[in-house]
Amino acid sequence: MNRRVNILQNIDWITIGIYVALIIAGWFSIYGAVYNFEDAGFWSFSERYGKQLVWIGCSFLIATTLISMDSRVYSIFAYVFYGIAILSLIVTLAIAPEIKGSRSWLVLGPVSLQPAEFAKAATCLAVAKVMSSYWFRLKNMKNAMLLGLIILLPFCLIILQQETGSALVYATFLIVLYREGMPGLVLFLGVCLVIFFIVAIRFGQEPIIAAFPEESYGIFLVMVFTIVVQIGLLVAYRRNVIVSRNILIGNILLFGTSFCVYKFFDTPIQFTYIAGISITASVIYLIVTSIIHRKMAYTWIAIFMLCSTGYAHFADYAFENMLQPHQQIRIKVTLGMENDPKKAGYNVNQSKIAIGSGGFAGKGFLNGTQTKLKYVPEQDTDFIFCTVGEEHGFIGSLFVLIMFLILLLRIIYLAERQRSEFSRIYGYCVASIIFFHLAINIGMVLGLTPVIGIPLPFFSYGGSSLWGFTILLFIFIRMDASRMEYLKS
Amino acid sequence: MINDQYQNRKLVIGGFMILVVIVFVLRLIDLQIIDDSYRDKADSNAFLKKIQFPARGLIKDRNGKLLVFNKPAYDIMVIDKEIKNLDTLDFCQTIGISKSTFDNRMKEIKRKAGFSRYTPQPFISQLSAAEYGILQEKLFRFTGIYIQKRTLREYNYPNAALLLGSIGEANKKTIEKDEFYVPGDFAGQNGIELTYEKVLRGEKGVEILLRDAHGRIKGSYNHGEYDVPSKAGQSLTLSIDIDLQAYGEKLMQNKIGSIAAIDPSTGEILALISSPTYDPSLLVGRQRSKNFAKLVNDPLKPLFDRPMMACYPPGSTFKTANALIFQQEGIIDRNTTYGCSRGYHAGSFTVGCHAHFSPLNLVQSIQHSCNAYYCSGFRAMLDNRKYPKVSDAFEVWKDHIVSLGFGYKLGADVPNEKRGYIPNSGVYDKIYGKDRWRSLTIISLAIGQGEVLATPLQIANLSATIANRGHYITPHLVKGIEGGKIDSSFIQRKVTTIAPQYYDPVIEGMDLVMKSGTGWGSRIDSIDVCGKTGTAQNPHGADHSIFMAFAPKDNPKIAICVVVENSGFGATWAAPIATLMMEKYLKGYIPKRRLWMEERMFNANLLPQN
Repeated sequence: MNRRVNILQNIDWITIGIYVALIIAGWFSIYGAVYNFEDAGFWSFSERYGKQLVWIGCSFLIATTLISMDSRVYSIFAYVFYGIAILSLIVTLAIAPEIKGSRSWLVLGPVSLQPAEFAKAATCLAVAKVMSSYWFRLKNMKNAMLLGLIILLPFCLIILQQETGSALVYATFLIVLYREGMPGLVLFLGVCLVIFFIVAIRFGQEPIIAAFPEESYGIFLVMVFTIVVQIGLLVAYRRNVIVSRNILIGNILLFGTSFCVYKFFDTPIQFTYIAGISITASVIYLIVTSIIHRKMAYTWIAIFMLCSTGYAHFADYAFENMLQPHQQIRIKVTLGMENDPKKAGYNVNQSKIAIGSGGFAGKGFLNGTQTKLKYVPEQDTDFIFCTVGEEHGFIGSLFVLIMFLILLLRIIYLAERQRSEFSRIYGYCVASIIFFHLAINIGMVLGLTPVIGIPLPFFSYGGSSLWGFTILLFIFIRMDASRMEYLKS
Repeated sequence: MINDQYQNRKLVIGGFMILVVIVFVLRLIDLQIIDDSYRDKADSNAFLKKIQFPARGLIKDRNGKLLVFNKPAYDIMVIDKEIKNLDTLDFCQTIGISKSTFDNRMKEIKRKAGFSRYTPQPFISQLSAAEYGILQEKLFRFTGIYIQKRTLREYNYPNAALLLGSIGEANKKTIEKDEFYVPGDFAGQNGIELTYEKVLRGEKGVEILLRDAHGRIKGSYNHGEYDVPSKAGQSLTLSIDIDLQAYGEKLMQNKIGSIAAIDPSTGEILALISSPTYDPSLLVGRQRSKNFAKLVNDPLKPLFDRPMMACYPPGSTFKTANALIFQQEGIIDRNTTYGCSRGYHAGSFTVGCHAHFSPLNLVQSIQHSCNAYYCSGFRAMLDNRKYPKVSDAFEVWKDHIVSLGFGYKLGADVPNEKRGYIPNSGVYDKIYGKDRWRSLTIISLAIGQGEVLATPLQIANLSATIANRGHYITPHLVKGIEGGKIDSSFIQRKVTTIAPQYYDPVIEGMDLVMKSGTGWGSRIDSIDVCGKTGTAQNPHGADHSIFMAFAPKDNPKIAICVVVENSGFGATWAAPIATLMMEKYLKGYIPKRRLWMEERMFNANLLPQN
């Protein structure tokens, strides 16, 4: 039930306009970042701004090609593309030389490509294809596992390439799953997982009270959070006021008494045990209630409590024993546990100085001293936003952020107006991936998130990254252009 | 659009994205607008403010003769990171050091605080122009070796070392107190160089250079638009007459002591000699620390600024001051006579005196330096009923003495001036108990012995005060500052508590000293010199010879004090030296008649013989 539609009339020129604007702004930023005070004025294609111009030209070519293709190609050959991507990841893993500790570059003569950048678009196609299949139900365990496999396969391959940052991007599919009906609870638990991990690590080495230095404040805090979340879950899902009230009163009595004993009778108390008693009592109470009321939900909450307590201990252990030292330090610096601006924190510190020194209006194009003089590492790739912040100040940074936000919201708007599930899901994949890159990259540059090396879409220097995002976006623009071909269902 | 039950989740997702961007915007506001500390950090990151050292001010004498000027010196700097294939042997030979010195020095540099592999570190400082010349030819071969120019002092005369002072690397305390200095800077260490440091040092300039993350220089910022050129220090014109200074130093050679000569009408110090002395150029350049150590360890203490710091009992020169006070207090007048029978006797107590006629009046008492006269006068004052108690009388005496410039620093522009010592009644209360002391207890003050101490400058100032008949101007070394003014305290008259008419008999007495008294042997033809000999008792050995004088008697041009240590009676050594100085200054030459005396002074060796 298709009909032919004039593509050019239906192309979303707004999105293309923002794309072009971002790419131009990005190129000027790279020019600014690479610009050298000493031999200014010599144009050179061997410099990065010159090369980037070539990459930009190529991506316009790619964009045009993608637009001129039949939109059904993407749907029909989705798995083929996915297969090629997975194969290229495996090949890369096998033959790639080690560059800066990672094996992610496929060297083809003069050109080096990073297949991981293209795997994103392919995975998006595959995810959209699976999820839009008539037989697909997210609540069906087998279907869900198949979907998980599609996402986890490239994730694992990229992890093996030692590109943790690029791999973490695949977590962003949770947003797509949420849009397509995954219970909010899962997303909530996912957030809990992250928060509990951070809290457990951040306060893991601090004692609760001086008398028991071996106790971990971090684990205690996670246990307290668990108790609070438990009450919240009870209220939200069972609407059973009596059970939540009993647990609340019990906890207040328990913690209140032990705190008073500690405070007024000067008796040192191992608060981890108090929290343990509270959780044990709650679990027993919840299971009993579950049996009496014949509702599984209580048992699930009890299991949640046990799991998160165990998880806190595991996180503590994993951090100490499973992460590599440099990863540990990165996390510690981000969490403010360690302050060594000369080593791991150097990048972020210099990046904050560069951005902060830009002030409201910036220092002006090519006048940024911090980025020019190579204080900021990776200033034309991962830390490209520094150049914007330093040379164009708050105004420039705000402009770039708003451009990105408009792009994201525009893609969501476009996705929502799709008539086929395939293109809608694909649209959300595009938005999620760009959003994840934006959030992590800018967050890192501003010192809010750990230093995870992922590029800023359309800005960072690099052919693979630019082409990857161009492909990702233009496949969607092509789909959107022919949305009228599908009749309203 | 597809209708599905989860449609509203687009709002949650879109909202979440907006939230994240809002968080970023808030963070940007914090970083870029609220917190401006990042701007300063960026500046100190990227700008290397290279200091342009100003030329230090020149020092001239009162006749415009150049005494101190600048010469370039060269520091060898190394940038460790850039040293590649250095021909160490060639390098060491060129600058004249051994391979092991080179290695040790490199190790030393690396241990120093503030060491950076990327920035120039001082390797050897203060190469002379000649040494630099040899190195310069080969410099292109030594990558990582740089030269930094700085200015050192050079002296035209081997004289006046202590009063000129020297410059040396500013110490930690100086650097902390004054933000002008950074480690490695030179600052005045003593003498005029220290007192007038702020005038001489000028203003530093700054050249703003861009520096990359490795500390490498990437050129000047905005074509030097924000550079500030350095401003040379102001030149000083001293009141010193360098020829007189040199002459005095020659007269004092092989003697320990000092000469202070002042122009009474202006308070300008004409010569300030501390003996033994040294050549100021010894304390310049790489030899500075070696020579400095030598001077410090010299048992004759050439670094001790005697005219300013050595404190002696003023001896008989002090009688002039007492004569003024007794008159002012109405204890005596010019006609008062006291008897002297070879000394002053009170019961079993005796202050001896030499043979002269008796009784004598005030003028004669100075002419003959009679001890008994002043003991009698001193007791007459302290025991006088017009004062309630002896201690009150003593306080009056003390105040007069202080007004004559004793007991406190005169305030000369010399950093290490001592105040001498004049006791007050409290001191004696402490020693003897309150009011348990009498005039006889402290009688030695009458003849300038006992507890009183004065510097040669203070005695010279007394001479100038008498010459001026009642006032003095704080002695000072700097007559003029290029483009500036000297301190107003060096212009104002300090009027003493003694009325001018009381000076006349004292001056008459001093005139007679030279005409027919103790100083007769040192008289100058055709110039009326007024002088007073003195002997400072020295418990450690032979007495110190003191002589103070001024000339001419009317409209005086020079007042002087000479102290020659361990040389006995003042007339023997101090008086000839003082009058030779005055004659040289006033006439410009020494007449034939006195050349034998000049010769004798030049050649005399009065240094303690072990």
